[in-house]
Amino acid sequence: MNKIWIVARREFLTRVQKKTFLLTTIGLPLLIFGFYAAIIFFSVKGSDDYTVAVVDKANVFEGKLESKNDEVIFKMVKADTAELKTQLEKKVYDAYLFVPENYTLDSDESELYFKSGKATGIMTREGIQRSINKRLEEKRMAKMNISKTLLDSLRKDSDINYTTLAGKSDSGIKAGISYGVGFISGILIYMVLFIYGTMVMRGVMEEKVSRIAEVIVSSVKPFQLMMGKIIGIGAVGLTQFIIWGILIISLQFLLPVIFPELAQSMQSQAIQPGAAGAMNAAKQSGALDGLMAGLSQINFPLIIGCFIFYFLGGYFLYSSLFAAVGSAVNEDPQDAQSLLLPITMPIIFAFVILTKAVNDPNSPIAVFGSLFPLTSPIVMMARIGHGIPEGVSVWQLLLSMALLVAGFIATTWLAGKIYRTGILMYGKKVTWKEMWKWAFRKY
Amino acid sequence: MSNILELQNLKKYYATQKAVDDISFEVKAGSIFGLLGPNGAGKTTLLRMITGIFYPDSGQIIFDGQSFNPIEDVLKIGYMPEERGLYKKMKIGKQALYLAQLKGLNHAEAMEKIKFWFKRLEMESWWNKKVEDLSKGMSQKLQFVTTVLHEPKLIILDEPFSGLDPVNANLIKDEIYGLAQRGCSVIFSTHRMEQVEEICDHIVLVNLGKKILDGTVHDVKQQFKENKFSIKLSEVPNGIGHAAFEVLEQEANQLTVKIQEGFKSNDVLQYLIQQNLTVEGFNEILPSLNDIFIKLVEGTKSTTRAFQPVQ
Repeated sequence: MNKIWIVARREFLTRVQKKTFLLTTIGLPLLIFGFYAAIIFFSVKGSDDYTVAVVDKANVFEGKLESKNDEVIFKMVKADTAELKTQLEKKVYDAYLFVPENYTLDSDESELYFKSGKATGIMTREGIQRSINKRLEEKRMAKMNISKTLLDSLRKDSDINYTTLAGKSDSGIKAGISYGVGFISGILIYMVLFIYGTMVMRGVMEEKVSRIAEVIVSSVKPFQLMMGKIIGIGAVGLTQFIIWGILIISLQFLLPVIFPELAQSMQSQAIQPGAAGAMNAAKQSGALDGLMAGLSQINFPLIIGCFIFYFLGGYFLYSSLFAAVGSAVNEDPQDAQSLLLPITMPIIFAFVILTKAVNDPNSPIAVFGSLFPLTSPIVMMARIGHGIPEGVSVWQLLLSMALLVAGFIATTWLAGKIYRTGILMYGKKVTWKEMWKWAFRKY
Repeated sequence: MSNILELQNLKKYYATQKAVDDISFEVKAGSIFGLLGPNGAGKTTLLRMITGIFYPDSGQIIFDGQSFNPIEDVLKIGYMPEERGLYKKMKIGKQALYLAQLKGLNHAEAMEKIKFWFKRLEMESWWNKKVEDLSKGMSQKLQFVTTVLHEPKLIILDEPFSGLDPVNANLIKDEIYGLAQRGCSVIFSTHRMEQVEEICDHIVLVNLGKKILDGTVHDVKQQFKENKFSIKLSEVPNGIGHAAFEVLEQEANQLTVKIQEGFKSNDVLQYLIQQNLTVEGFNEILPSLNDIFIKLVEGTKSTTRAFQPVQ
């Protein structure tokens, strides 16, 4: 036991002290954050103001045309086209909109002329279009004697109240969040299995290729060496995830501090002038409330607890198999490819079930996938996302956990036997058949 | 003197061969013991059983007077395998420390001993270097240090001099002598016979998984002597000959003779004196271990053994 600890400590420290570890663990979230911040920065800041001169000869806008955001500024001017063109060249305006005298509310919009100095960006174009359409719509409604409130009452959404038998609300928002949480945690475990499993395999191959394996096994049991390596690398993975978690959460809080504009724009979106704006705001805040309510219904302690359990369970189960493969191959990494296939197949299979299970957590394939130890670490996360008992019943969860523990004891035992033979075997290309024989022969 | 190690009827069969087939021998405490054999004779399997890496199919290992306990006793053994390496990216000092801790030393003990050995073999400046920066000979030296660091009772060295230059080989050889004098027992596995002759007290020769020779270097040579003598005369007349001996070779005034059965060296000398020849030198030619080795192993198809199934 003590020796497993010594081996694990070396595995952990040599990896954590590497520059690449610091780079990926701290650098990666910072990079993502920077990217994220840059996107927000540019979308909040937007482009410079875009001024459009409006020559309304037909007076359809009645001197009032406003854009939804401040990006586009409309200016009512009285000028002829030649004058406007010179002003355009002098960059007094970015563009002008010309409404001909014969234009009426029933005319086709293509009769409106829009000329710009440079090509107009798609976002700006949409903003302009929306503003004009909105104003024209108002005018048309006024002409036909339709009030805004009448239209809104016509358009009223009917809300369906989804609940489950257990009496819990099952709103679409909650289903969406469950879907997202299940899918993301499933994918994370999928990546964990591959990334850290491969890391274990490389570590074993390094020991074999550098010929240190026999030196070590003369003072440590091969099983201790294997377990030490698996535990050490598992600890590296866990450390990495914890650091990522802390970084992401703390950066999330930092974001509004660094970008006060962001917080402002969030608020300003809610406060919009006019009846329509108020309607909009009400709807938006409703959605936000729904989101918060949905989030509050997700049992995060359960999900995080299960995530750590399935993270470790799946990792132990697969990493010992990866270690067995690493012990069987020689210098040629090509050999590893073909031996890895039987290991990667169930992981990919589990991923396929995951995509089904997030939608339908109680389908037979999802139930099977979440119980079978080779697929359960990934598939169960999808069902857990939907909560207990909607996504998964307590007994199924406990059974799945028990099977996973049994599964990893079985694979580490099996892999340990393969490992102790493989690690001292040089020069021979090994097949799965032979590895199977190693697993069941006596020493 | 007591025995540090006794092997009793050890057997280890693989699917394709009898790697070790009923081998027994003893290693005296404080001796330097040579385990010889051609490639594929079963030496490595034997050593792996002694170091607890493999379990024997049958037979018993007695270590230091008690039945071998693979968990406890490996701490008292230092094994330098033939296929040996180090972590390439790890710093040398840390590497030595790690290997010493795996042998059960605590941090302080390990540091003290590493410093002692590094100073002794002039390796102090290596501490922060990585193994990949070392030459092959240098890493051999480091491996030797990590093998003997924890003051094992039994040191097992498999081809310890491969890759070492004569200066460093001598340095290591002196250390081996020194360890034996301080009470360590050394098992020395090789197929380089001149080293064995020089270093070992006692040898065992294995071939095809079986022990075929066991004894001190002196006894073995006596056992395989062919009664050959080298005689140097002041001049060699034509037609020299007698029933007591047969001339095998003549080179100037140097004769190599084989004394026939039933005669003794004195019979030859008597004859030479009677012939009034001046004897300037008269030496017994003992076979070298190399000759004995080749004689015993040649023609046994030892190299093709790996592909023969067990009958």
